[in-house]
Amino acid sequence: MKKIEIIIKPFKLDEVKEGLHQIGITGMTLTEVKGHGRQKGHKEVYRGAEYVVDFLPKIKLEIIVDAQNVDRAVETILQKARTGKIGDGKIFVLPVDEVVRVRTGERGREAI
Amino acid sequence: MDRPESIKKIVSLSLLIAVFLVFSVNPVWATNKPAPTPEANKAAIDLVQTHANYMWTLVAAALVFFMQAGFAMVEAGFTRAKNAINIMMKNMMDFSIGSLVFWAIGFGLMFGTTRNGFFGTSDFFLSGWDGPHGDQWILAFWMFQVVFAGTAATIVSGAMAERTKFTAYLIYSVFICGLIYPVFGSWAWGGLFNGGGWLEKLGFIDFAGSTVVHSVGAWCALAGAIILGPRTGKYSPKGEVRAIPGHNIPLAALGVFILWLGWFGFNPGSTTAADCSIAMIFVNTNQAAAAGALSAMILSWILFKKPEIGMTLNGALAGLVAITAGCANVTPTSAIIIGLIAGLLVVLSVLFIDHKLKIDDPVGAVSVHGVCGAWGTLAAGLFNIGGTTSKIVLTQLIGIGACFAWAFGTALILFKITDMIIGLRVSPEEELEGLDLAEHGGHAYNDFQVIN
Repeated sequence: MKKIEIIIKPFKLDEVKEGLHQIGITGMTLTEVKGHGRQKGHKEVYRGAEYVVDFLPKIKLEIIVDAQNVDRAVETILQKARTGKIGDGKIFVLPVDEVVRVRTGERGREAI
Repeated sequence: MDRPESIKKIVSLSLLIAVFLVFSVNPVWATNKPAPTPEANKAAIDLVQTHANYMWTLVAAALVFFMQAGFAMVEAGFTRAKNAINIMMKNMMDFSIGSLVFWAIGFGLMFGTTRNGFFGTSDFFLSGWDGPHGDQWILAFWMFQVVFAGTAATIVSGAMAERTKFTAYLIYSVFICGLIYPVFGSWAWGGLFNGGGWLEKLGFIDFAGSTVVHSVGAWCALAGAIILGPRTGKYSPKGEVRAIPGHNIPLAALGVFILWLGWFGFNPGSTTAADCSIAMIFVNTNQAAAAGALSAMILSWILFKKPEIGMTLNGALAGLVAITAGCANVTPTSAIIIGLIAGLLVVLSVLFIDHKLKIDDPVGAVSVHGVCGAWGTLAAGLFNIGGTTSKIVLTQLIGIGACFAWAFGTALILFKITDMIIGLRVSPEEELEGLDLAEHGGHAYNDFQVIN
C-alpha cells in the first residue's frame, strides 16, 4: 500500500477529486496549506508599503492506494491538476505500513 | 346578504360617520380646551419647534454614537487578528469611561461658566439639571456633546494599536475626556452653552469639529505613537517600511461606511436645531466624502499602479474630517474641492509619516484626523460663503496652532509620565503572541487558526 500526497492549486480541487473518483479512489483527506517551490512569491502593496507574499495558498490531498494503482492515480492527478504555469504543485508517493478502518477494525487492503 | 342585514349595516355605518363628524367638526366637543388665541397658538408652535430641536439633536447624537462602531471596525480591519479583542476593549472603554468622566468633569470644563475664557467652572456632574420637570435641554445638549467627546477619544486607539498596555490606555481615556478635549473645546465652543472661549471670540470657525474633535484626537494620537515607538517588525534594521497587512478589509470598509453614516449626524446635528440649514450640511458632508475617496483612489492608482483599498477608505474619511469645520458655511461645490484636496493630502501624509518620519500609525489616524482636520479648518476660512479675508484665515491658523500646542503638548506629557510610572508599551513577547492572549486571556476568533 502506498500513500500519495498531492499539493495542487486550490481551484483544481474539484477536477482532481472527480478524476480520482472516476478511477475508483473514493477516500481522501484535504488540508488547506501554504507553500512555495522554486517560484518566488509575488509582490503586494498595502497602504503604500510593498511586501512579498512567499507562501501561496495550496490544497493538500492525501490518498491511500494499492501499490499497483499508484501509476494510474499519478497519471490522473497530473492530467487534472496541470495548468502549465509555475505553482502547479507536487506529488509525493510514500510507503504505508498499515491501514485500519476505525468503524470495523478491518486492516490492510480491505480497510482502504 | 338579505335585506334586513344590509339595512342594519347601513344604519350602523351612518351613525358612526355622524358621530365622527360631530366630534371632529366641533372643537369644543372634540377636545376640552378653550378657543385658541394668537398667543397660545404661537406658544404651541414654538413648542413644536422645540420638540423638533430635541428630536433632531438626539437622533443625531445616536448617529454619532454609532460612529464608535465605525471606528472599532476600521481599527480591527486594519490590524491583526491576534489583537482584535484588545481593539474592541479599547473602543468599548474609551467611550464608556469617557461618558462617565465627561459627565463628572469634562462637560463642566467645556461648557460651564468661565471667567477667563480658558475653561469652565460650573455644571460638573450635570449639576445644572433641574430634575425631570424643568428644562431638559441641558440633557439633550450634554448627550450630543458626550458622543463628540467619545469621537475624539477613540481616534487615538487606532494610532496606538497592537502595542499599548491596556491599563495605560484606560488612564489616557480619563484624561482626554476629562481634561484635554474639554479645555480646548471650551476655547472654541464654550459659548454654545454657559461658557465663552477666547478662540470663538476671535471668530474661529469650526462648526462641527475638524479641529475641536478630530485634530485634538489626532495630535494626542501622534504623541502616543511617538512615545510608543513602532510595532515590532514594522521597520527593517535598515529602516525600510514593512507592510503589516490588516486582517479583515471588509470590516475596515464596513467601518468607513458606518462612519460616513454617522457623520450625517455629526455635521448636520451640530445645528442642534431642526431647520432647513441641515440640508446643505448633509450635502456638503456627502460630497466631501465622495470626493475624498475618489482623489485618494486615483492618487494611490498612480503611485502604486493599482487602486488601493486602504488609501481609498482613508480618503473618504479624510474628506469627511475636512468638511467638518466648514460644513455650514461653504457651498456644495466648495465641499467637493475641499474633499478632493483632503483625499490627496491623506495619501501623501500617510506615506510621509510612515516612510519619512518613521512613526508607525497602523490606521492613518494622524493623517486622516490631524492633517486633514487642519486642512478642513483652514478651508472653512478660505471657502467661506461670505468671502474670505486675511483676518479670517489668520484666525483659523491660530486655532489650528493652539490646538496642536495644547493637545500634542498635554498628551506628550501624559504619555511620558504614564510610560515612566507603569509603562506605556507591552513587552516584546506580549506583542508577539498578541494582546488578545496577553492582556485579555482569550482569542477573538476561537474557531479559526490564526497564523501570522
